[in-house]
Amino acid sequence: MSAYIVRRAIYAVFILIGVNLITFALFFKVNTPDDMARLQLGVKYVTPEAIAKWKAERGYDKPLLYDGTATGRHKFTDTIYFEKSVEMFRFNFGRADDGRDIAYEISTRMWPSLALAVPVFLVGMLLQITFALMMAFFRATYIDFWGVVLCVVMMSISGLFYIIGGQYLISKLWNLVPISGYAGGFDALKFLALPVAVGVIGGIGSGARWYRTIFLEEVGKDYVRTARAKGLSEVVVFFRHILRNALIPILTGAVVAIPLLFMGSLIAESFFGIPGLGSYTIEAIQSQDFAVVRSMVFIGSALYILGLLLTDISYTLVDPRVRFE
Amino acid sequence: MRLHTVLACLLLLAGCGKVWNDPYPASQSGKNILYASFSERPKHLDPAQAYASDEHDFIAQVYEPPLQYHYLKRPYTLIPATAADIPSPRYFDSSGKELPASAAEVDYSVYEIRIKPGILYQPHPAFAKDAAGRSLYLNLKPDDLRDKFGIADFPASGSRELVAADYVYQIKRLAHPRIHSPILGHMSGYIVGLKEYAALIEQEDKALQPAQPGVKPQIWPSLAKHEIAGVQVVDRYTYRIKVRGRYPQFVYWLAMPFFAPVPPEADRFYAQPGMAEKNFSLDWYPVGTGPYMLTENNPNARMVLARNPNFRGEIYPSSGETEDAAEGLLADAGKTAPFIDAVVFTREKESIPYWNKFMQGYYDQSGISNDNFDSAVRVGIEGDAALSPEMARRGIRLKTSVATSVYYLSFNWLDPVVGGQGDAARQARARKLRQAISIAIDNEEFISIFANGRGVPGQGPVPPGIFGYREGDDGYNPAVYEKTGGAWHRKSIAQAKKLLAEAGYPNGRDAGSGAPLVLYLDTTGGGPGGKARLDWYRKQFQKIDVQLEFRTSDWNRFQEKIRKGNTQMFFLGWNADYPDPENFMFLLHGPQGAVKLGGENKANYSNDEFDRLFEQMKNMENGPERQAIIDRMVAVLRRDAPWVWAYHPKDYSLYHAWLYNVKPNLMARNGLKFYRLDPALREVKRAEWNRPVVWPALLLLLLLIAGTLPALRSWRARELAKA
Repeated sequence: MSAYIVRRAIYAVFILIGVNLITFALFFKVNTPDDMARLQLGVKYVTPEAIAKWKAERGYDKPLLYDGTATGRHKFTDTIYFEKSVEMFRFNFGRADDGRDIAYEISTRMWPSLALAVPVFLVGMLLQITFALMMAFFRATYIDFWGVVLCVVMMSISGLFYIIGGQYLISKLWNLVPISGYAGGFDALKFLALPVAVGVIGGIGSGARWYRTIFLEEVGKDYVRTARAKGLSEVVVFFRHILRNALIPILTGAVVAIPLLFMGSLIAESFFGIPGLGSYTIEAIQSQDFAVVRSMVFIGSALYILGLLLTDISYTLVDPRVRFE
Repeated sequence: MRLHTVLACLLLLAGCGKVWNDPYPASQSGKNILYASFSERPKHLDPAQAYASDEHDFIAQVYEPPLQYHYLKRPYTLIPATAADIPSPRYFDSSGKELPASAAEVDYSVYEIRIKPGILYQPHPAFAKDAAGRSLYLNLKPDDLRDKFGIADFPASGSRELVAADYVYQIKRLAHPRIHSPILGHMSGYIVGLKEYAALIEQEDKALQPAQPGVKPQIWPSLAKHEIAGVQVVDRYTYRIKVRGRYPQFVYWLAMPFFAPVPPEADRFYAQPGMAEKNFSLDWYPVGTGPYMLTENNPNARMVLARNPNFRGEIYPSSGETEDAAEGLLADAGKTAPFIDAVVFTREKESIPYWNKFMQGYYDQSGISNDNFDSAVRVGIEGDAALSPEMARRGIRLKTSVATSVYYLSFNWLDPVVGGQGDAARQARARKLRQAISIAIDNEEFISIFANGRGVPGQGPVPPGIFGYREGDDGYNPAVYEKTGGAWHRKSIAQAKKLLAEAGYPNGRDAGSGAPLVLYLDTTGGGPGGKARLDWYRKQFQKIDVQLEFRTSDWNRFQEKIRKGNTQMFFLGWNADYPDPENFMFLLHGPQGAVKLGGENKANYSNDEFDRLFEQMKNMENGPERQAIIDRMVAVLRRDAPWVWAYHPKDYSLYHAWLYNVKPNLMARNGLKFYRLDPALREVKRAEWNRPVVWPALLLLLLLIAGTLPALRSWRARELAKA
């Protein structure tokens, strides 16, 4: 297992370099260092000298990927790409283009993101599995039929509709919770109640339908027939046999998502005024802050790789037949 | 069980107070706190860098430049802030001999600014001293900061008196290469020695070796070591600025935060190792003498200004415009401001929650977005705006004001078709083409459709409220409007087509080749309603049989095209830096062309007569003579039509009944000190508007439970059947 993890970690380095390179290429295809300087310095009275100084101070006055004027390894190391990327692999993200510390921002913003994402993930998955189990339990009945119809309807509705509808009904018409905002500690509960409810309800349709498919696939297998032949009740068959065997595909989707919970939700955070990492990324893209964009993409990639690794490990835990080879 | 849990939660919430949806802590209930919002995090709070209005919303309450604008008087009038009086320039020739104010040629002007004694800075750890008078926090080690995460974590704080040297220090900061002040380039052309000082400091900064790798050399030692030739400390409370030639607009700059004082101790404090890593900087925690101080800076969620206990107080003005008394704006005349204890700014990125929170009483004031305009305002046949019945019922008040801004469609003067190059005959043809387009674009319709009527059609570059703006018959652009039946109307499309034919494009086709005339408009495209706006413009051009094509690009490419002159027509706007016509006319001043000189004249317009008049006008005091020159300049522009003067936007703002003394001041943003609140009324209204409605939630819950009953029955039946 250790050898497998080490091998995957080595692969990860190359994947991260690739992702970093693509991010870099895409970003600088759209923006030039001059554009970044202008955006930071404003649009009034900005002189070419001020732009040159801004770029020089932040190292954006160098060639992007290759410095033909340098010698030896400096051809590659005296470039924006190299200088901006090497430190990141040591998880030193440096400063945003507006001068603020990225690591500090991430450390403060990840908690609100987690405070929203974790309950949505856990409660959502619990409800989805419960609903899916119910549909599978009552398969081929009107409950299953209308359950699937409800799922299709719910998954067809835009996530934005749930947010706006939820805010309108619960906060505006019924005045039950604040419409937006965030606070630390226990005060967070009143702000998170609505976004969590909206997130959970918005995810039920697609999640429950997917899990129902998994459960129905298991229902038809021989071991289930055997269990029933042994005289086990349907409840025991479902919860002790089918649910356990259905865990592998469920884990595939769930475990890989766990590390990404740190990255936050782009739309929900914005609408509910939650100062998380999702809104941080969007703001960085809008303000063409390359330092933040590359850091967030890097972290997102690293977490995704971590998620895949955790998924592989979790396979061995739930299915003894799977081994690292 | 689930029902019990939910009911318990509801009861728990019910115990939280009369209203459940209050986004603020219960401890703030009934307090004298103003609640406002911000949508974008301010990029800079350092007064040497901050230029955007959303940045000034914060720092204008903290920093005090020597001058400020009168809160109530219009046109905008400068009054002293920390200065003892408005400085009058003295004029000198190159030999240093003083000249009379009427002298035709002036080599430099000297502004001597005397500040009031006894003004104190806000409490701040940078000023903290021990019993022996030694600074407590100016020689910190990185370990000393281990448990410090905000300014409040420094247990001791101090203050000191504001002195003239602090103003001089800030002017030096404008020149530092690592501060990147946006006005350095502009001011270097005026303040004697600033350019040379900036070069010297840059050289020294480059030569300095950082003490540790990755740690940049500190800014303040260089600034303390060298002086600017044209900026001097005269005595403890007086400083002097020498400006090249005449620059009467310089006093307006003295009302901007760029010229606010910064204590060197603050730079020393923030420059210590480990500070920047924790966001301890002037860009994060300002240090000023103003009525408020920034006590919480979490630009992702909330920023809080609290009353500065050291603020000396400021007397509420006792005069203003004639209607101010009737509107209750003089009720607090003579009282000492500030009236409000704290201002909580909450970050609100989306307009829907923002608007709903205003309607629930959780924001004390609000702008009006296009989406909410119809529900908030009723515009009468005469164009007069009034509140909707719902707003009026809630006691909300509406304030409108014309912004000191101009939006325009610019022709690129270097373009061979619409520009002003070539021989006289070609110039005349292009002029008629521009005039025809100016007539065809119905800006009144645009304002009505796309701005909900919130705008004044432009007749020239100078907006209402700025000296030089004309009302009445002189206010209309005769190239576009004509007076018929005693009123001014936009000229007919037939007249526009006639001009087009005279320009060489009868029926929108080239008289020579017969090819259709196709013009190109560069835009940034996007945004809500962007396509509708562009379609509308296409229709305007179709009215005179001209085809309009759009060249859409992102903002960066758009700006690059303008800088390089690769455009034919484009939209832009301008917000005034200060209330002087020079700040609008210079946008068309030939020597400030964007392509040749990288200036602000994005149209690259060039007209010798206009340029000559501009040079004459820019240094004059306001008066009939200056007005006459401005009139001549506007006449030149109306004839040449380098811009289609689109409109001057009108700001509509809403205020709750419990907020008093609000008068929009578009030139200055330091008016929070004069706002007054009635927190008790606010509490009553919030409770009235936000009564929790629980029964629909309970009903939904019951329906959910009822929905599971058939399933339970079915399961039971199945179990029994097996048995």
